[in-house]
Amino acid sequence: MTDIRATATPPFRLSMLVNDQRYRSLTFQVIVFILVMAAAWWLVDNTIRNLALMGKSFDFGFLFQRAGYDIPQTPIPYTADDSHLRASVVGLLNTLIVAVLGCIAATVLGVIVGVSRLSKNWLFARLMTVFVEIFRNMPLLLWILIIYAVFTEILPPPNAFRGEAATSGMILFDHVALTNRYTALPTLGMTNDPGSLDLGARITFNWATIAFVVALVGGWIVRRMIRAWAQDVQDRTGSRPTTWWMSLAVMILPSLLLIWYFGLHLVPPSLQGFNFTGGLNVSNSLVALWLALTLYTAAFIAEIVRAGILAVSRGQSEAAFALGLRPNRTMSLVILPQALRVIIPPLISQYLNLTKNSSLAIAVGYMDLRGTLGGTTLNQTGRELEAIVLMMLTYLVLSLIISAGMNVFNARVKLKER
Amino acid sequence: MKKSVFLGTAAAATLLAGMGMAQEGSTLTQVKERDELNCGVNTGLVGFAAPDASGNWTGFDVAYCRALAAAVLGDPAKVKFVPTTGQTRFTALSSGEVDVLARNSTWTYSRDTDLNLDFVGVNYYDGQGFMVRSDLGVTSAKELDGATICIQTGTTTELNLADYFRANNMAYTPVNIDSNAEGEQQYMAGACDAYTTDASGLAATRAAFADPETHIILPEIISKEPLGPAVRHGDSNWGDIARWTLNALIAAEEYGVTSRNIEELVRSSENPEVQRLLGTTDELGAMMGLDAEWARRAILAGGNYGEIFAANIGEQTPIGLARGLNAQWTQGGLLYAPPFR
Repeated sequence: MTDIRATATPPFRLSMLVNDQRYRSLTFQVIVFILVMAAAWWLVDNTIRNLALMGKSFDFGFLFQRAGYDIPQTPIPYTADDSHLRASVVGLLNTLIVAVLGCIAATVLGVIVGVSRLSKNWLFARLMTVFVEIFRNMPLLLWILIIYAVFTEILPPPNAFRGEAATSGMILFDHVALTNRYTALPTLGMTNDPGSLDLGARITFNWATIAFVVALVGGWIVRRMIRAWAQDVQDRTGSRPTTWWMSLAVMILPSLLLIWYFGLHLVPPSLQGFNFTGGLNVSNSLVALWLALTLYTAAFIAEIVRAGILAVSRGQSEAAFALGLRPNRTMSLVILPQALRVIIPPLISQYLNLTKNSSLAIAVGYMDLRGTLGGTTLNQTGRELEAIVLMMLTYLVLSLIISAGMNVFNARVKLKER
Repeated sequence: MKKSVFLGTAAAATLLAGMGMAQEGSTLTQVKERDELNCGVNTGLVGFAAPDASGNWTGFDVAYCRALAAAVLGDPAKVKFVPTTGQTRFTALSSGEVDVLARNSTWTYSRDTDLNLDFVGVNYYDGQGFMVRSDLGVTSAKELDGATICIQTGTTTELNLADYFRANNMAYTPVNIDSNAEGEQQYMAGACDAYTTDASGLAATRAAFADPETHIILPEIISKEPLGPAVRHGDSNWGDIARWTLNALIAAEEYGVTSRNIEELVRSSENPEVQRLLGTTDELGAMMGLDAEWARRAILAGGNYGEIFAANIGEQTPIGLARGLNAQWTQGGLLYAPPFR
């Protein structure tokens, strides 16, 4: 056999690179590779030469200079004396806030709409179709601007809440005020404040917050143990012990105890001077951006959910009904687990879209990463290239992290092949 | 074969890289070859730069661009106005999209040095102020503690505001906006208590309101804002042309040369300074690559500095700005053109 091949192999000629099937694909790959590298080299070379021509350098020293501007919404303490780096981090956190809020709300709304579109109620299903078609077929930027403009023009200014002859009143037992600048929410106050944990760089966590997180996570773990025990008892004896009151207790009781211990109460906002103070003012730019991102992305998620459910063959639900499962149990035990396999991968893309779309925040003056690093910092320092490159890398890393996290989740729900 | 492909690619890439290197040749040559001046202006600030009902750009900054086009190209109409926002203006200039930037831009140290711009002079001495509704009952910027303030992002005003409120130990909530039009809308809807920008910009914005008398501009001026045209760093000759066109307009007012009497002065003026300015004696224009009549055309385009001021933003216009600091040095102002000799 080796003899045959040795005699059949003609000596290598240059023309074989194109004419011989064995080498052709390799040749084209090499050519494409060279072209891509040449293009990349041209871009970099061009950038360097043009930068030199404009007398500009490429360095990130500006990040450590004093920023000098204020940001309306600061998740971590920030003043104008801080560096551009800290301003950028504040912007990144603002991006994350709207992205996380948006992903959660869009998922909830999207699942509801997607399931409702399959409802047997004709009117309800058609209404959901209208919702989906309206929101996914108009540009997101328009939705952001429309919602923001509606808030600005329709809601009253804080001044309207003032004095005896106020033309507007606060809602929810005088705890919430909707104004054309922000929604004034009550904050949480404590009569027994345990102080804060200092993480350095002026980032602090209140011990009470940590205590609540520990209580909730601990409660959740104990609840899992209870369910495992119930399963165990069921396996051995055939009857499942009633556990709902135990689950409820471990989830809620520790929190209630902590609320009593710390003396947790609501502090309503009050109108002082020009604005509401003492509470938490959630700016309309955040609310408008959040709502627009939610509605827009929910329309896409609804379609993904609908497609996922339709992908589960009808025989599955018929079999479940035949076994005597009620419709909601059929949905949660039979259809959804199978539908999730189809739903999760495109859902990842929607989360990534939403996160990147949040950079439209600049349209309503919400200071996200694009508004701080790519906006004011870029402008005040004139470091366009550095700021844009840094911003691109940040969004890239952010997207990769979301993607990685969701892929782990996907690996857990996807069809197990044994 | 492989080798030749590689060489070909490399050669093509080098060629492209060479083409990518824009900005060869001086700005003056480029403008003359194009036969059009690209001038970066505000996206729309009445009195300074805004298109009128028929789409023609008019305003104080626009008039400077027209004078420059008249000096260089001989025709004040040969200008392409490029609207720029506070965020895009310097990039537009440094990338060569515009030849000169006349857009209410403050001359600061870092812009002049770090951003590689050259400010060629000051055409308006301004300062940052605040506008509020008069029914708010506020009479001084010191009473604005806790207020919500609309501010254009990417401007020096943003930094001044932060500094001023810190220095006076007051708090405020900024509402960042992208353009003057958006700021106007937010302010009118009551989404902010005060609107802050350069005092001239406030006056111009207020003039466009339906009820200008119900808004007041607070007396405090919290910063120095010398506004002036800027060019790219590194082309000194183009910088000279931009600088001396502005100086010619200012000097013309000082010497009483107006667009109406200029023809007469060209024939009959005995003043040697005026004669040099108008190019009847000496050849000042040739020193920077222009003809002798460059300044004559610049002044004819829209009048001298005083005429431009009066026509666009002066007390007879809806904007109603007094000359103040922007009067000639002989009138107690700061305008002082170096001698033409």
